[in-house]
Amino acid sequence: MTDSLAISKFTDLANPTRFLALAARILPWMAAATVMLFAIGLYLSFTTEGDYQQGLTVRIMYVHVPAAWLSMMCYTVMAVSAIGTLVWRHPLADVSHKAAAPLGAAFTLIALATGSLWGRPMWGTWWVWDARLTSVFVLFLMYLGLIALNRAMDDPSRAARVSAVLILVGFVNIPIIKFSVDWWNTLHQPASVIRMGGPTIDQEFLWPLLIMAIAFTMLFFTLHTTAMRNEIWRRRVAAQRRMAARMAGREA
Amino acid sequence: MTALLLRDLKLSVRAGGGALIGVLFFMTVVAVIPFGVGPDLNLLSRIGPAIVWIGALLSALLGLDRLFQTEREDGSLDLLLMQEHPLVLTVLVKCLAHWLGNGLPLVIASPLLGLFMNMDEVAIGATMLTLLVGTPALTFIGAVGAAVAVALPRGGLLVSILVLPLAIPVLIFGVSASYAAVEDPAPFMPPFLILVAITMFFAVLGPLGAALALRNAGD
Repeated sequence: MTDSLAISKFTDLANPTRFLALAARILPWMAAATVMLFAIGLYLSFTTEGDYQQGLTVRIMYVHVPAAWLSMMCYTVMAVSAIGTLVWRHPLADVSHKAAAPLGAAFTLIALATGSLWGRPMWGTWWVWDARLTSVFVLFLMYLGLIALNRAMDDPSRAARVSAVLILVGFVNIPIIKFSVDWWNTLHQPASVIRMGGPTIDQEFLWPLLIMAIAFTMLFFTLHTTAMRNEIWRRRVAAQRRMAARMAGREA
Repeated sequence: MTALLLRDLKLSVRAGGGALIGVLFFMTVVAVIPFGVGPDLNLLSRIGPAIVWIGALLSALLGLDRLFQTEREDGSLDLLLMQEHPLVLTVLVKCLAHWLGNGLPLVIASPLLGLFMNMDEVAIGATMLTLLVGTPALTFIGAVGAAVAVALPRGGLLVSILVLPLAIPVLIFGVSASYAAVEDPAPFMPPFLILVAITMFFAVLGPLGAALALRNAGD
């Protein structure tokens, strides 16, 4: 019973007006939570002690690691929305994966840039063609390709369905990124937080990292909801413009 | 299905099909490399397999937009969509025909280019073998990109951008298998078998994705 209720609620969201009402209600709270989490997280990351070897540069981790996680989570969100587009023809799913692509590209770019800045003092080079770095760079290229594809078509629903296919095919890259550090013996260190047998990272760094990760996740969902709202508005404006043009044509 | 295979093959071999253009492009790309890096034979023989692979990748991409574009232009794509056969099978057959027309000539031409690159016999054989196994994967991956971009007026460039990231694993394992055959410590079989696995994986996923995209791209 609860199951069917949940689904009926979810399908309720197919009505964009309902989604807009929900977004208007929860967006201020989400934004406030994001700001608070960032305040706590940034305070913690700047007050904890530096690593005895890495010194202050360890603080780059608090931005780099959450951004990298988010770049993969964003693609997963897009893949789930793509399934929503193709299987249920959920109209919000179209909007969702279209809105998520630029966000994902931004997070991936942040992860790449901060990783590069961190790599310079630690590894002695800005960039190496290591498996993890390469696969994340491929992810970045895929985001850009998806954005380009979405822009190339003028019919939004067809663009959404076609890019959904591509998103799902590209999803093979996500496990490659995740396990690249285990499959290939590379310069990038293996996972130290989410792993079997608990995190190996010190408590000192774990707390700020976790709070920053939650803050980044909240930031993503806030921006994603905002972007979806904007996209719906943009489509409405476009539809009304078309209607106005048609009316004007009839009057003339 | 056989009729479709033969028809596509004939179309690709005859004038305007562009199968030979792909091979010519392949040769041109490889021939340009020595001008870029200099005619040092030792260096060329070291980077030879990689160059041949990259040339094959680029020329495989070149012909991709032709996979569904002409069918769409003359309307026969709609006929293919309306058939009783599963569309996945039709796409698979079209991919096979495309590979026979565009991929296989690249494989056949690769030993000659290997000679240009001053590679030894083992390296040439290994590169040819890996190309034989790897280029179908490029076609299958490319089919998804071609199907996605079929509705676009000038999708050729976009197809390459969309397909290249996905084709990187093929390139990695193809090149590493070719090198493993020449250099002693690295074993040849593991990367080669992974390459085979990638090809088989995309032989399933590629036509499925392409069929899905074709159904959705129709207006």
